[in-house]
Amino acid sequence: MIILQIDRVKAYYKTNAYGTQRTVKAVDNVSLEVEKDETFGIAGESSCGKSTLIKVISGTIKPPLTIIEGKVIYNFGNESIYIGKVDGQEKIEKVTWEKVSYIPQSSMSVLNPVMKVRDIFYDLLKSHQKLMEKEAFEKTMKEHLNSLGLPIGVLDSYPHQLSGGMKQRAIIALATIFKPRVILADEPTSALDVVVQRSVLQLLKEIQNENRNTLILVTHDMSILANMANRIGIMYAGKIVEVAKVEDIFENPMHPYTKFLINSIPRIGDKSDRLSIPGFPPNLADPPNGCRFHPRCPYAMDICKEKSPLLCDVTEGHKVACFLTSEESENGQQ
Amino acid sequence: MFNIIKDLFKYDGRFRFSLITLLCIVFFALLSFWSPYDPSSSYYVPSNIPPGAKYLFGTNSRGQDIFWMMTFAIKNSLVFGIITALLSRILAIFVGLISGYKGGIIDRVLMSINDSFIVLPLLPILILLKFIIGKMELSTLALVMAVFGWSWDARLIRSQVLSLRERDFTYTSVFSGMGTLKIALKEYFPFIIPIVLATTVNNMLWSLGMEMTLAILGLSAIHISTIGTTIYWANQHQALISGVWWWLAFPIIISIFLFLALYLLSVSLSEYLDPRFRIQQTRV
Amino acid sequence: MDNSEKLLIVKDITKVFSRGSLLSRVNLTAVNNVSFEMEANKPEIFAIVGESGSGKTTLARIILHLVEPTSGHILYRGKDVTEIKSKKEKIEFMLAVQPIFQNPFETFNPLKRIVTYLYETALNYKIANKSNLDKFVDDVLALIGLSIQEVRDRYPHEFSGGQLQRLSIARALIVGPSLLIADEPVSMLDVSLRMSIVNLFKELKNNHDVSIIYITHDLATAYYISDRIAIMFRGNVVELGPVEAVLTRPLHPYTRVLKEAIPEPTPTKKWSGKIDFSAIEIEEFSRVGCKFAGRCPSVMEICKKEEPKSSFVDGRMVKCWLYK
Repeated sequence: MIILQIDRVKAYYKTNAYGTQRTVKAVDNVSLEVEKDETFGIAGESSCGKSTLIKVISGTIKPPLTIIEGKVIYNFGNESIYIGKVDGQEKIEKVTWEKVSYIPQSSMSVLNPVMKVRDIFYDLLKSHQKLMEKEAFEKTMKEHLNSLGLPIGVLDSYPHQLSGGMKQRAIIALATIFKPRVILADEPTSALDVVVQRSVLQLLKEIQNENRNTLILVTHDMSILANMANRIGIMYAGKIVEVAKVEDIFENPMHPYTKFLINSIPRIGDKSDRLSIPGFPPNLADPPNGCRFHPRCPYAMDICKEKSPLLCDVTEGHKVACFLTSEESENGQQ
Repeated sequence: MFNIIKDLFKYDGRFRFSLITLLCIVFFALLSFWSPYDPSSSYYVPSNIPPGAKYLFGTNSRGQDIFWMMTFAIKNSLVFGIITALLSRILAIFVGLISGYKGGIIDRVLMSINDSFIVLPLLPILILLKFIIGKMELSTLALVMAVFGWSWDARLIRSQVLSLRERDFTYTSVFSGMGTLKIALKEYFPFIIPIVLATTVNNMLWSLGMEMTLAILGLSAIHISTIGTTIYWANQHQALISGVWWWLAFPIIISIFLFLALYLLSVSLSEYLDPRFRIQQTRV
Repeated sequence: MDNSEKLLIVKDITKVFSRGSLLSRVNLTAVNNVSFEMEANKPEIFAIVGESGSGKTTLARIILHLVEPTSGHILYRGKDVTEIKSKKEKIEFMLAVQPIFQNPFETFNPLKRIVTYLYETALNYKIANKSNLDKFVDDVLALIGLSIQEVRDRYPHEFSGGQLQRLSIARALIVGPSLLIADEPVSMLDVSLRMSIVNLFKELKNNHDVSIIYITHDLATAYYISDRIAIMFRGNVVELGPVEAVLTRPLHPYTRVLKEAIPEPTPTKKWSGKIDFSAIEIEEFSRVGCKFAGRCPSVMEICKKEEPKSSFVDGRMVKCWLYK
């Protein structure tokens, strides 16, 4: 069952300061489908638009970010949440943490430094109109922390007393207290040490095993996705360029960018020379014409400079947006 | 530089207002060079005539043309404010930069001096000074105000420098072979320009206000025409009671516009020059 | 053994930080008795690996003479770095040893054009003069894949993280250093971009005779470019040796934990088993005996009482009671 459908979403940042107008095309015609109970990874370099995509999916769309076109629909069986444009107006239905919770990037700085963790949790419960007696609240909290293997002492601490990894785990506890059906995690481990990173990811996996939720994990580290994801979507300069099962991405990458990504990962035990991706990521306020990867692509053809390739099926469950594998291009201008 | 003014003028209403108002006021002050009357003379026109076609701002009880008196008043007040602000800026920047970057004993000594100046009560000292000196010159007053006006801002600049010192680019500069003075001037100065500009205007507002207060109390250079001394003389001649309201109205109205314009200028400039705004990066 | 034949000798460096007030001081030993050497005529890449709180950044700052050690000596080509006082000696030192910092967006003043740092470095150390300045800087930029036209009029925010880091390396290369101290140079870059910086380091060592101390918590890139590696934990170097041996056949239990925690970029080799995460940091620092005893899978009684001494096993140094 498809729990999340992203349909041709275009979300741009439009700024206008002292007469200078700038439009950053962060998410440009993205379509994805996420199945229930799977772990879907979105991989890409910084400033490829993946954080913006997550913001759109989570419904946190504030100016200067605007949805130009397209829609996002959650499908929970008996109810659905709609985010998108209706008759030219933005319609963003409220996304509550009971259904979809969002762990933002550098969320460690999201905890209020002058409140104890316990009060922060209580605030969240109150805002979701789950008023309870203090005792019932304590009990729920302690049970939840226990089930995640976190020490109860976390509740009595201020955020600065906790280490980075502990803060991140506290945030995950906060995000999963209502047992949401979908968890959106944006670079949950980027600032953490290797050992702590593993424990945080382990925690996310355990939560998924227990609650049977869908996990969408955004990161630039392909190795994490190799360990955690069922399917991966590769994002480049605001567009999705390849979607496939995790094994297919690593064993048979088809898009030139994906090939570079996979080959640039160092492994212990292998000292052979590795190539890095040539060139620099494009400026999303002024992206290249045609296929956005063509300035850096060793296989670029003439058509790549003019038209943008469409994401379409090459084999079962493996989609690629590249003129090497298909002739179809996107309609309209870039 | 010109681009900044052009941009701000086009897009920021506050800046438009303040620039136009200030230009008008300065123009008005410059008119004093064409004044047909000597500001220190009196009883050369009929007294207490209300504003009209012949005397634009009317005349006062001392037989002076208020229009031409105001041109001198504005000129002297502006010059006073600018000199005070400039002198105290120089002191504040110097002390703030050295204290912040060097640290250690130099910092402690400079900050103790600084704190002593913050703590000294200005008004009683100025009153005392007036009684000691007797006839106070505007330049003396400007000097004294400059000496009192640097301490707050020096601390502001120092704290900015303290935070800048810990940033990586300070170390990059050190390893690029730059010495202390070079680092303070070339690296830190661009960061403190917004503070300096904002505090310059603040300082002008403060010193002008102080001068007006003192003048009204009769403690400033009352033989020189400034906005404050005009009000002083108006009060001495009981202008309000005798119905010569225009003697008080014009200095007050002009000073309101002046203060408003200066404030809006400082606000719009510092918003434009805020380093966070200048290096705005849109997170994608 | 003539000291000046060694490029760098780090001898028994210890750094203790005191925290707290008059009545309750807590002493934190950030770096505990670290020693290693680097040869002068054989450029190498020496990796120092550890998690946050391991003391590696403090060690880097001590070597760069930005922090004074509590005890111990650093000898650069025979000269004691900790005793540098005069400006002339400082310049000599900085001509030979240059840093690369972790955060590329902080390395340069955001309000100034980057090229000013390149000009300053070239002029202050009298490497170039006004007449050949542009040409000289252009040549150095070519080493990192950029040109003076692309760089001259731009501010830091107009470059990407990877480009900024390369510019930081270019600035350091202007003086022709023999030793680069790179403090987590790729941690703030995407995994896919790390390769370009790390390949650059490899080239500098092979073709330009530059030795590099590469500090990181990324074991994979450390394996890829370094010759020797030191693993640090809570201020101590627990294992030090050739990178092939240390990372493919780790001896110290902590090295093993580190290695297992790395995600393999192969979907068929997922993580197995659970991992123990650490207790509160301060507790580990103030532990008597071996600092790792709290979560070591092979802990013995003696580990909790006495700090292990270094021993040489299988071509490397290990500090562990298992190998006494």
